Amino acid sequence: MIQHLVDGILVGSFLSLGAIGLTMAMHILRFANFSHAELLSIGAYCALVFDKLFESLLPILAAKIGPLSMTGALAISIVLSMAITGLSAVLIDRFIFQRVRQKGEELSMVFASFGMALIIRNIIGLVFGLSAELYSKDIAFAMILSRDPLLLVKPDQVFVLIAALILMFALHLVLSRTTFGFSLRAVAENPSLAQVHGVNLKRMIAAVWIIGGGLGAVAGIFYGLSYQITPVMGRDLVLPIFAATIVGGIGSVYGAVLGGFIVGIASNLALVILPSGYSPSVPFLMILAVLLVRPNGLFGEARA
Amino acid sequence: MIGVISYLVFFSTIAAILAIAVLGLNLQWGNTGLFNGGVVASFGAGAYGTLILGGTPQDGHWGGFELYYPLALLGGMIFAGVLAWVVGKLTLRLRHDYLAIATFGVAVAFENVMRNATTVTGGAQGIRGFERPLQSLIGSGFTYNLMFLIAVLTCLALVYVFLERLTVSPFGRLLRAIREDETAARSLGKSPDKVRLAAFVTGSVIIGLAGSLYGTFYAFVSPQDVLPILTFQIWAMLIVGGAGNNKGAMAGAFLIWGSWTFSGWALSRFAPVEVQLYTGSIQFVLIGMVIVGMLLWRPQGLFPERLVVSQPGGGSRGKTQAEGLT
Repeated sequence: MIQHLVDGILVGSFLSLGAIGLTMAMHILRFANFSHAELLSIGAYCALVFDKLFESLLPILAAKIGPLSMTGALAISIVLSMAITGLSAVLIDRFIFQRVRQKGEELSMVFASFGMALIIRNIIGLVFGLSAELYSKDIAFAMILSRDPLLLVKPDQVFVLIAALILMFALHLVLSRTTFGFSLRAVAENPSLAQVHGVNLKRMIAAVWIIGGGLGAVAGIFYGLSYQITPVMGRDLVLPIFAATIVGGIGSVYGAVLGGFIVGIASNLALVILPSGYSPSVPFLMILAVLLVRPNGLFGEARA
Repeated sequence: MIGVISYLVFFSTIAAILAIAVLGLNLQWGNTGLFNGGVVASFGAGAYGTLILGGTPQDGHWGGFELYYPLALLGGMIFAGVLAWVVGKLTLRLRHDYLAIATFGVAVAFENVMRNATTVTGGAQGIRGFERPLQSLIGSGFTYNLMFLIAVLTCLALVYVFLERLTVSPFGRLLRAIREDETAARSLGKSPDKVRLAAFVTGSVIIGLAGSLYGTFYAFVSPQDVLPILTFQIWAMLIVGGAGNNKGAMAGAFLIWGSWTFSGWALSRFAPVEVQLYTGSIQFVLIGMVIVGMLLWRPQGLFPERLVVSQPGGGSRGKTQAEGLT
């Protein structure tokens, strides 16, 4: 039971990171982006490529940091991967979503995002192969936190949780303390009014994609560190991430953080009662429950 | 020669079944503007419902009620309808994209439950032991397939006529009115939520019918038949054909299913062996490109909807213009 709770918190840390970007894009661009989880795959694979590259170029970087399976090479790769994933998110928006947006209704965007998810996921599969990859082939041994009740935690998982919390806190500072953060929130509230006040809408949209892509990349890499990297990880993560945004309320960054942890914990606790085969259904049940009880989520506002 | 004809019969049967599903989706998306991201859940509900109700009892799992076939078919459709009603009831009054997310979730959960609830659905092995209707009378050869094709085409024709009548009926106009301007429709005393729910459930029942026929044709259904790709295929058919246009939707079904089977055949025939493992991925990329490409360059589809103007003097059909938005 406690083990499930702890696992849930750890899963929640990367779900939250994924959900932040999704909720921001959904709020500002007003469409449910089904290809958001593919940004996690892009990030994870991107880091994999750089990780291998740095390890072969500079073998010193291949040394492990402390008890983690994390290496110096991977640390640099994370930063590069964030930048590249953010950039690809901006490019996908420029070339696909923006053009669909100008033509049609909001739902065409949802539709286009389905198509993009299919394209990205399968191109990744074509390039990297369909089998699972790992950042480190060594077995990461779990630390025994307590024997009764038995509680196991991998050092990587602790690192993931702490790093995720630091990133979220940094984002909180940016959103609440900087002019840029204010502009972003202004655009989310009322795009036309924000433009009247001299906020550059295009730049803000690009910023949302860069933040969403960057945090998504970290989420994907952390997922890869905790489990494994596969071309279908986006497919498996898209529903839990959507559940996190809906639980938290669409548009609320803090809601997304909390929603991610709630979904992570609930999915793991559900395994106490349900056979593990059913765990992919749990996010859907949570979406239904939230829609029944509190349709706008914990922190969301009603908007047609 | 016989081989070609018998393949054409087989191909047309599947394409016609999918065309029925596309028509159902067209009612939801084309006429009402509802995004159904879980077409495959309704389709699967129809197939599983029919096979569980109409099948023979099997060892180790529940079901196999050996119901009279029309009843089993109806049962499958009702199952699809009930599932749609639950989801629609919860989401249709909310933001538009909630429906997209919830229906997508239904599809994921549906496949997941079918795969795991072994006692009811046979799990990953799927449901066997279904006797196709009249098979003992006609036999299972070419004649049966031909008869089945005729039956499917009859269903397709019936659904088409039903939807065409519906589109020009006051209800059809109401659907378009709500799609175009919800506030205006509301101001005329209409209740968009109820109308949307009715359209969503009706569309899902039609998709359920397609699923029932699909399950009947193969006398087998497994979780492999309810994977998300089917949703994308049916979507691509509709968007290529032209949302809002029933004839276009059917043409799109045959066109996309033709390209899908052809690309699969061509890849398995001409591609090098090491590429063949990736046939699925290549086809999925192609389907994605069809969807995105159509949205970018021809969002109205190959056969766009002919918009009927409901103002006196402006309309092309006398019937609709006189009544206006009643």
